[in-house]
Amino acid sequence: MDDVAKEAKAFFIIGSNTTEQHPVFGTMLRRAVKFRGAKLVVADPRKIDITEFATLHLRQRPGTDIPLINGLMYIILEKGWEDKSFIEERTENFDEFKATVMQYPPEKASEITGIPVEKLYEAAEILAKNSPMAVIWAMGITQHIVGVRNVMDLANLQMLLGNMGKAGGGVNPLRGQNNVQGACDMGGLPNVFTAYQPVTNPEVIEKFAKAWGLDHGPQTVDDKTLSIVNGLSSKIGLTVTEMMPGILEGKTHSLYILGEDPVMSDPDTNHIRHSLEAIDFLVLQEIFPSETSVYADVLLPGVTFAEKTGTFTNTERRVQMVRQAIPTQGDARDDWWITSEIAKRILNTRMKDEGGRMNEAAQYAGWDYKDSSDIMSEINALTPSYGGITHARLETGERLQWPCPTLDHPGTPILHTKQFTRGKGKFMPIDHVPPAELPDDDYPMLLSTGRVLYHWHGGQMTRRAKGLMQVYGEALIEVNPNDAERLGLNPSTCLASGQAPRNVVRVTSRRGFIEAQAWITDRVPPGMVYANFHFPNASANELTHASLDPVAKIPEYKITAVKVELV
Amino acid sequence: MINLKINGQSIQSEPGKTILQAAQAHGIEIPTLCYHKDLNPTGNCRMCIVEVKDWRIMQAACVTPVWEGMEIQTHSEKVEIDRKLTLELMLANHPQDCITCDVSGECELQDLAYEYKATAPEWGSKGTRYPVDSDPNPFIRVDMNRCILCRRCVSACAEIQVRDVWGVAKRGFDEVIVAGANTAMLEARCESCGQCVAYCPTGALSNKMNYGMARAHQVTKVTTTCSYCGVGCQFDLLVKKNKVIGVQSNPNAPVNGMALCVKGRYGYDYIHHPERLTKPKVRRYLLEGKKKEEIREQRVVNRKNSPTDPLVSSPWDWVNVEWDIALDIAAKKFMEIRDQFGADSMGFLTSAKCTNEENYLMNKLARQVIGTNNIDHCARL
Repeated sequence: MDDVAKEAKAFFIIGSNTTEQHPVFGTMLRRAVKFRGAKLVVADPRKIDITEFATLHLRQRPGTDIPLINGLMYIILEKGWEDKSFIEERTENFDEFKATVMQYPPEKASEITGIPVEKLYEAAEILAKNSPMAVIWAMGITQHIVGVRNVMDLANLQMLLGNMGKAGGGVNPLRGQNNVQGACDMGGLPNVFTAYQPVTNPEVIEKFAKAWGLDHGPQTVDDKTLSIVNGLSSKIGLTVTEMMPGILEGKTHSLYILGEDPVMSDPDTNHIRHSLEAIDFLVLQEIFPSETSVYADVLLPGVTFAEKTGTFTNTERRVQMVRQAIPTQGDARDDWWITSEIAKRILNTRMKDEGGRMNEAAQYAGWDYKDSSDIMSEINALTPSYGGITHARLETGERLQWPCPTLDHPGTPILHTKQFTRGKGKFMPIDHVPPAELPDDDYPMLLSTGRVLYHWHGGQMTRRAKGLMQVYGEALIEVNPNDAERLGLNPSTCLASGQAPRNVVRVTSRRGFIEAQAWITDRVPPGMVYANFHFPNASANELTHASLDPVAKIPEYKITAVKVELV
Repeated sequence: MINLKINGQSIQSEPGKTILQAAQAHGIEIPTLCYHKDLNPTGNCRMCIVEVKDWRIMQAACVTPVWEGMEIQTHSEKVEIDRKLTLELMLANHPQDCITCDVSGECELQDLAYEYKATAPEWGSKGTRYPVDSDPNPFIRVDMNRCILCRRCVSACAEIQVRDVWGVAKRGFDEVIVAGANTAMLEARCESCGQCVAYCPTGALSNKMNYGMARAHQVTKVTTTCSYCGVGCQFDLLVKKNKVIGVQSNPNAPVNGMALCVKGRYGYDYIHHPERLTKPKVRRYLLEGKKKEEIREQRVVNRKNSPTDPLVSSPWDWVNVEWDIALDIAAKKFMEIRDQFGADSMGFLTSAKCTNEENYLMNKLARQVIGTNNIDHCARL
């Protein structure tokens, strides 16, 4: 982030409400623009706060990112602004890609996106002529059925301009949660072990089987009758957006949920409630009774970050210490302890019942951890990119970004400086696909969702923070003044004074409805409303739908067809 | 390089550096108050004045560049007398209430007054000029009586947060720091990041959430990483008697330095919230050996009743239990489901809020112990 903020000559923020969602990084960008004269192009249907600092704000129609990016790349090629030597030396598949981009002349891009042609030219010039240029995005790009295509197209743009592997350039997805990067790195995904080692790779399977004491040869007994650990599965597992519907389909029978609140954070809340209602067994490990705990069978009290020691990995792959400041509250326990106690109980019973089919002598078969640094040693041994990241090194003040394979490795702040992971960067031809649910006669408006500065995700933490509630104490739905007038809302809203007239609107989608106070603002364009999912009584996810990107299985939160009425 | 002398010592400095930077680079201390290394120097408090040979008036070291052949005295008698007088002038217009002031012990004005044995002159102290705690911002306590007009808050808001909430109004004795056009901070579009508080050298800007809860020497500081977004800001948790009572910027934080956002700095009170889960709980039916499908109707009834109504007893009630019981039940039910429906009938949602170590164990539990790859978290959501 530091290199981007200090060295980029231009920024292209697309689908990131940076100053509200990554506020401190947002201030770094504001500083770069204000004090260093960096150029800033923001592409966002909403007039988010950072647009105040933008050289140019492109207000594309929601769900038209690909025509926008392709249109910009058409102009870059038309003007000859591409980085020819980078394309030649570091990439492949350029011709096929170019053929697709040529389908998006500016007039067509303008027609689909609603952005005037001259603004497209202006944007392309800013992005192409200020190098290095950093592309920054977040969920505004990914939470679409074309999330993966959007990301690939932004990678195309950066390869075209030769902005990859450079300080101040690159593709910079901002990770939402404090440790979403780490959860992915640690194998918290259905297709990979730690450090993205595929579960389908026989060598990887063998490595983990050996380390975890499961190297006892192929199994002959039917999986269902043999309940002890019987080898690692090489079948790619289910994503959260597949597990939940799987409950009603009779595929998912139990869930062990650690610090997550699907009722608030998953799409189509009603469907999630029905699913959780039907589950056979739900263990929830949490710090608060959440909306999800209503459906839990067992509730295990874990601890907050102030009560634990371990590491978080930030959006730039920087691994940092979390240090215990206070004793665990009440009878709550360290989360790692709880998980390992469950594991031990299952293993002990099975070993006794069935005569020990696990090789307990294997170095990492067991679950007797002294503390979290002990667990980190195991991670070091099995995770190439974390091989040299130990608590001991972090405690001496070393600043480490993975990949950091060995104890004497200094870490890697910038990836792909000499080559891409796969060798050459491959241009992918990307075509526009319209969103899954667009407004129609019955649901004529478009809803997008997200968070606000003062709250966090499902709101379990921030709704319990007094001061934050004083500033932002209820769900607000952003409504454009034109729509407000049409709907008959009282326009004299003054949000900051807290003296706003009650303008409660009902927003209805095919799946449910919410009622909340309207915030009349031109942050949203006419025809669009914006809601958050911080408050259970008016959570946007009552309305959203579970149409997924076919590859990433990410839901299309950013586009839902709704109707809006004054209550 | 430029050659100059400070207190008779010959030193070299790069051109363009200030006297203060040149001195600090050679371990020579010059007292400062309005100066902060993160902010553009304004040279308005006059604490860092030094004598420059052949110059009639003394120069503020934080804004005066070095030049060839310069000869500087940083602690001559003349300088020290002037500094003490400067402090006395500040104290003349500053409440003499350190004994109850929240920042006593970490107040830079107090430290300098102590060092220079400066006290409020008899002719000073015009009394309280401004309402104390004058702004309704829920996080930031404003007491302009304690302000020494150093303008660090103005600079921090303009240069770090880039929000320009604070400004200077009026002139002379009436000069005062105001938010916006002298309105409430939030109306002046304050984002409540607290940068101004972090840089304020006195008690003019302090934190409401822990006002009166602890003096600097009564807290332990523990450096840790924020639990909200993925930027990875670090800060110090302030701990008193096993309670987190505040968050303070740690200037050595790798990503963010002194900067924090409103959630990171002020969103910590959930830690000690009375609704925290502190006991393992299981549904009563699990203790009674019943099956979940047997009690489906009661579950619906239970949900319609008030969850806090003790008169309605249901197999779906929560029962507080010891850890062993809860863990045994969890393990036993997991084994039953695995036996009955297979490993792939089980799902594991790990947490983007938890540590790497905890996430690793969830991955190990699902894969090693259970034998499924059905593990995911909210990265997509």
